Order: sequence, then structure tokens, then C-alpha cells
Amino acid sequence: MIRILPAIFALMVLAAPAFAAKDKVLDVQVLKSPSGVEAWLVEDHSVPVISVNFSFEGGLAFDPEDKPGVGRLVSILLDEGAEKMKSHEFQTKLSDNAISMSFTAGRDAFYGRLQTLSKNKDLAFDLLRMALNAPRFDQDAVDRMKAANVSEIQENMGEPGWLVARTFNGMLFEGHYYSRPGFGNLESMSTITRKDLLQFVKEQFGRNVLKVAVAGDITPDEVKATLDKIFGTLPEKAASVELPATTPGYPGKTILLPLDAPQTYIIAGGQGIARTDKDWHASVIMNYILGGGSFNARLMKEIREKRGLTYGVYSSLTNMRSADIIQANMSASNEKVEEAVRLLKESWAEMAKDGPTAEELADAKSYLTGSLLLQLTSTSDISGALNDIQRDGLGPDYINQRNSEINAVSMSDAKRVSAKVLQADKLAIILVGKPKNMNVDILLDRPPGMEEPKADKQ
Amino acid sequence: MQQLFRVFFICVLFLAPSLAQAKTFNADTFTLENGLQVVVIENHRAPVVTHMVWYKFGAADEKQGESGVAHFLEHLLFKGTTKVPDGQFSNSVKKMGGVDNAFTSHDYTAYYQNVPRASLAKVMEMEADRMGNLLLREEQIAAEREVIIEERRQRIDNTPQAKFQEQIMSALFVNHPYSTPIIGWLHEMKELTRDEVLSYYNTWYAPNNAIVVVSGDVTAAELKPLAEKYYGPLAVREVPRRERPRPAPIVAEHQIIMQDPRIGQPVAMKNYRVPHGSEAMEVLAQILGGTSTSRLYRALVIEQKIAVSSGADYDAIAMDDTTFSLYASPAPGSSIQQVQAAIDKEIRTLIAKGVTLEELNGAKNRLEASFTYYRDSLQGPATLFGRVLASGMNIDWVENRVDRIRKLTIDDINDAIDAVFESSDLPVTGVLLPQIKPAPTSDKGEKK
Repeated sequence: MIRILPAIFALMVLAAPAFAAKDKVLDVQVLKSPSGVEAWLVEDHSVPVISVNFSFEGGLAFDPEDKPGVGRLVSILLDEGAEKMKSHEFQTKLSDNAISMSFTAGRDAFYGRLQTLSKNKDLAFDLLRMALNAPRFDQDAVDRMKAANVSEIQENMGEPGWLVARTFNGMLFEGHYYSRPGFGNLESMSTITRKDLLQFVKEQFGRNVLKVAVAGDITPDEVKATLDKIFGTLPEKAASVELPATTPGYPGKTILLPLDAPQTYIIAGGQGIARTDKDWHASVIMNYILGGGSFNARLMKEIREKRGLTYGVYSSLTNMRSADIIQANMSASNEKVEEAVRLLKESWAEMAKDGPTAEELADAKSYLTGSLLLQLTSTSDISGALNDIQRDGLGPDYINQRNSEINAVSMSDAKRVSAKVLQADKLAIILVGKPKNMNVDILLDRPPGMEEPKADKQ
Repeated sequence: MQQLFRVFFICVLFLAPSLAQAKTFNADTFTLENGLQVVVIENHRAPVVTHMVWYKFGAADEKQGESGVAHFLEHLLFKGTTKVPDGQFSNSVKKMGGVDNAFTSHDYTAYYQNVPRASLAKVMEMEADRMGNLLLREEQIAAEREVIIEERRQRIDNTPQAKFQEQIMSALFVNHPYSTPIIGWLHEMKELTRDEVLSYYNTWYAPNNAIVVVSGDVTAAELKPLAEKYYGPLAVREVPRRERPRPAPIVAEHQIIMQDPRIGQPVAMKNYRVPHGSEAMEVLAQILGGTSTSRLYRALVIEQKIAVSSGADYDAIAMDDTTFSLYASPAPGSSIQQVQAAIDKEIRTLIAKGVTLEELNGAKNRLEASFTYYRDSLQGPATLFGRVLASGMNIDWVENRVDRIRKLTIDDINDAIDAVFESSDLPVTGVLLPQIKPAPTSDKGEKK
């Protein structure tokens, strides 16, 4: 074995990097199946693993307004039996062959993920085909997953990190389908029927809203044949639903959901910037400098490093189909909340006024361009990233051009976008805890959207 | 290019039977003159590397009354040296496009950077520098002490489940330092001083007490001169032996009950203190509660419909004993006592009848596949080797693991069943309840 190794590694050096041709981050192949299903592939045979990520555009909007959580239940029931295979048989096939199949009902899309050893790929693909085309939704499985989801909702209701996000979404998108609780609530869990689940599947799983990304130990021909098998028999079109654009509400307001805990969880958020805006790459740089994960980010320096007010504070930009937001998340001991929030707003305002320093701009570019490869080290990283790019409506070569877009951002771009996006006085502040000395505009008694069943209220 | 890879796999398959053992990762290792061990796991998919330094020093090596100091020291290692001032370590890594972080367990403290291959030398230089040249000012200690206290509030005090877990560990590991939480008890964290922290740094942060693990686009031949250049000059220091008191026998069955209005879902747990490093116990945990086809899920959730979730856990990697845990959450309308009784019944069936060949083979397949999935990641293998070596086991233990799992027989699993469930150390039962109710009358338990 030891004598053989050098030869093997010589081969690997010739082939390296396996994921890409020279001068490219990734070598993305665009494939089309005979019946017209498209997929992007990054081929790599160095480890016998295949990862698939796919999505159907839609998501929360496909949940009936009075029954949030239908998509969520579908996502945990698709692997509970399909065609003639009942739950136990289906689950045994998955687990005994170490196939991982999971689904997520997201805000803007319904996502699927499959990972398998390449030796089990035929079985894995066939199980996925069955799950998407002919889920059983047997009553005992539906009851079991409803009970599991209710249990999860009850657990979430005691978790401050979950409560603050729920309150943020419920309040800032009040009246819009983005305010709906993705997991559903106790009321909807008591009213959703098997028919609702079938309806969701029928309306959501259309080939016109499908995006597929594959990475790993599989050839283009195998992918093409597989695409038709899994997705070829799905309806051509998803149902059309209205997707009105929206902007985050409650600018400048402080909203408190009381919770008896030693720390308060905090989200500050407001209007962000569109993915199609010419300043989008500049905003990514701005966010990195403000609070994008570095210990040297401004928020981290001011609130954690200098004063020890929090364990961590992070800002992020989120682009949704119908809204764009910027937000910062942190938690702090109840008596420190006022100071932490004040410092957050000060950092926000300072950056809006002066923009970044030349050094910060250079460091941010250096990080953002250098980090790209490090985010693409496993097959599932790659298929996941490809699916995101597909969903953003960008081309297969975007990943190879992205660094030049980052490098092209100038100081005046960064200043302009900071002044436009960072409006400290328009931030909505959501608090979950028992903060001291905070002026609160709106006091809630329960997280928005979390209704209990009408019949047996406690 | 693809054909070459096929040849590669065929070679390995062909050769495997003639080898004593098929190695999973083909890790390479060498030791510098000052005692620093280096491990390399090659992965040439992309021009990137993970560089990790593991110190054989963790929370279980703290003196009594100074809990949390290992983790505090981990935070303070980012506070600067003469060459790399406060904040500059992470800043440099970020400029490379990399990420860096650190973590502490009972048995080790580890620091890592994921960076482009071209930056490997630089992170090695900085990591070697802070192994010996840490500067700590009093005001840095004061601010960072507040950070770790906020960390404790966020992770533990704000989370009833985590506080509950602390209490269970305290009961399972009486007279052993695993009974003390890694992050520390709040009252002791508040008192940690600069002198105490520095004395641990001076005692344990030595090249002969460290392991460097690198995985990614580099070979041992390329790495050796870099390791000699940067880590080589560090002086050997006398490091204490890690001798920990043996845990006391558990002769009475404990039941730990915690009630908190923020618990949305009751949980029943049964925890056993067991030896580390057992593949048979790993398989047993899979069979009992690893997936939704496992015994507990089938019996409690699917058939009896008295629970909404269930599972079993065994973590093989530790210096001393470890835990084997079973847990389940009751379904609406079922009581915690019903769930406890059903778990006990499954245990009795297991003791009486053992496991089936089908169950054994399914669990083996899953565990074996998990090693292939490990190889699909950059940091996964480095973390695995680091944990194992810093916990006192060796490289072969990892490399031959798949082989040992493959060879397990039903008799091996039955022995593990006896070792876990018929041990003279009694289990610690835990009950986590949503609100204040009269304490449940203790169930019959098991007569042993």
C-alpha cells in the first residue's frame, strides 16, 4: 500500500484541483435532459459521493392563508412512504443504505437535498422520484408528523432565538405572506388535512419553477437520464400565485415580547437592497465591514471586543423575491441591552455618514474574494451554492466572475450604498427578554401568528 | 482524467484483501524533535487547507475551584503577542479569505484556520508564535471575562435544556472532573484572575503537549520543512501528566427532575456512564435510537404512539469514561412515566433477546458510510484525528475503525448490552418538565 501511494498522489496532483479547470473556480456543466429538465453539474470523482440540491420557487405563498405550515408538513412527510412503500420500508431503505434525503419549506421556495454514496445512486434516485411523484401521506404518518411538529412548535415557543426571529418576521411583514409562520401554529396543526397536503404538492411541484444542481461522482449522461426519471413526470407548470412586493414595517419602533430570562435577544432590521441593484456587491462589502462575521467588524469591536456586552453580534443582508432586508442579531444581559442597542445604532449611523476606511475596504475585498474557494470544499457545499445561484437568476459562470465584481467596487460605491442602506433611525428593534431601561413602543403578549386551537385554550 | 480516478479506485479495491487493514484516510504523521506531533490528511480537490493545533489540555485538567479557565484561556489566545498584536490574528486570516476559530472540551483545546494553500505558512507562523508569546493586559482580561459570562448566559442559563444537562453530568461523574461544565460555574468564572490564566498557559501550552493537524492540498513532504521552521524552535517544557481521579461508583439510582416554564416539551432521559472507544456501543446506539427505523422510535413513536421523538447517543471519543444515553418525549396525552416504562421495557427486551443480524448489518452500513461522507469534507477528517489524538488514542485507532466495525458480531453487541445495561454503576434518570407540578412518584425502575 505504501509503495503504491506516491503513484496515486502523482495522479491526483495532475488532476488537481478536481473541481475546476484551470483559471476557474468551478467548471459548471449545463445539462438538459431529453424531456427538457435542466441541471447544472460539477463533476468530481475523487470521493464516491453524489450531492443533489433542487428547489421549486414558491414556498410560503403556497400555504393557504388560514393554514400556515402545510408546506412544512409536506417537507417532513415526503420521506414517510411513497407508491407502494409504506413509511417503515421507505425509511429502512434510506437508513440501511446511508442515503440522506431531506426537504425544507422555505420562505421563497420548497427545497430538496439528496446525498448518497455513488454505489447506491440508482436506489437513491428512485426513492426521490417516488417521494416527489407519489407520496402516500398515510394517515398514521400524517398524525405522527403533526405530533412531532406540534412538539417542535411548543419547544420553539420557549426558545428566545426562535421567538425573536418569529416576532421579527411576523411584525415587519405584517399582512404579507412572509409574516406566516413556516412551521404553522397549534391552530393550523389541528385543521390541516391530507387533502391540503396533496393540493400543495400538486400546485408547488411544477417543472417550470424547478432548479436542479448536482455535484460529485456522476457523469453528465447519467445526470441527464436521471433528471427525466425523477422530475420528468411532474406537472409542467406550478399553480400561479400572487407574490406582491413588500417593505419592512415598523421603522424606528421598538417592539418587546417579554420573556423571563437572564438575557434579551435582539434583532434590529430595516429595508435592504435588491439583488438586481447595481450597488449589490458594494452592499456585500459594506455588510462585511459593519458586522459580517469578522472579530474586526465594527459592531463586534464596539459591542463585544471593547466592552464585553455580548458574546456575538452579526449583521446580514437578505434578498427575498418580494422584499429585501438588512438586520443585525445579538443577545445581551438584560441590564446591558440599552447600551448595546445604542452602540449598534451609533455604528450604523457612523458608517452611513463616513463610509468605510480605505483599509477596511481593501480588507473586505481581500476576504470576500479569497473566501470563495473555501466555501466550496464538499460536494454538498457545491450543489448548494449552485442552486442558490440558479435561484438568483444568474448564469453558470457567475461563480467565476463574482470576484471581479467584488474587486470593481470603489470607495465612492461603498460610501453611496452605506448612506443609502444604513438608516439607524429607521431600524425596527425587536426584543425578547426582560430588558432594563428600554423605551418600548409596542408590547406584545404572544409572538405574532402563533394562534392556539380555538376549542381547547388553556 | 476521470479514467485515472477509476484506476485509482480499482487499485485500492484490488489491494485491500492482501492488506492487514484498509486505512480510511491514509493519514501521514511525523514528530518534531521538540515533541510536537504533526498529522497530514491529503485532499487535493481544491487549493485550500485546514490547519489545526490541538492542546492536550481541557476543562477536565483544571484545578478545583477554577472552573472555566481552559475555555477562558482559549478566548484570550486571540489577545495578541508582540509580533501579532490584539485583533491581528483573526484579521490576518480574514485578509487571506480564511476563517479561524477555536473550541474547548473537557479533554482538549483546539484552534483552527481554513485558508488558501498559499497562506498555510503564515498561519503556522502565527499559531507557533502564540504558543509561546502571549501578552495579556489586565483590561483585556476584564472585558473578555464579561464576554465568557455572556456566552454562559446565552448558551446555558438562557436554555433550560443545557442547565439540565449540567446537572446530569454532575451526577454521572461524581469525583471526576467531567462533572464540572466546560464553560465553568458562573460564580467561579467571575473570580478567574490574570495570574491563574497565565499559570495554565505556562504549564500546558508547550510543543510537546500539542498536535498539529493539517488536511487539504498539501503533502507531508511539503509540510515537514514548514513545521520545522515555525514550530521547531519552540522549547520543550515539562508538562504534568493528565491524571484524573476515577469517578465514584453509582450505587443508588438517581432521578434528576427539572421544571421550567420555558420547557415546551417534556423529555425523559436515561444516562449510563460507560467506557470510551467502543465500536460495539456505537452500533448498539444506532440500533436502539440512531434513526427513525431504530427500536425506540418504532416501539414508542410508531407502534405505541406514546412519544413524538426518541433517540440514543454514544460518543466514543473521550479520555475517560463517556455517556450512553436514551431519551424520548411523550406525545400529547401520554405521561412521562409511560414513556419511562416503555424505555425500560425496550431495555429488558434487549437484554433478554439481543439484536438481530439485520439490525447489526444496517448499523454497520451506516457507520461505514459515515466515513466516506467524512472524506467529502475538508475539515471533517482533521477534526476527527485531532479529537482522537488529543484524547489519548492513536492514528491507527481511526484508520482501522471501519475494519473493526465490519468485524463486529452479534456476540460483541451482546457484550456491549451487558456492559451498558447491567453495569454495577446505576443509571441517572432525567426528567425535564414544562411547569411546576407535583413531583412524579418514582417509577419502579429496574431491579438489578
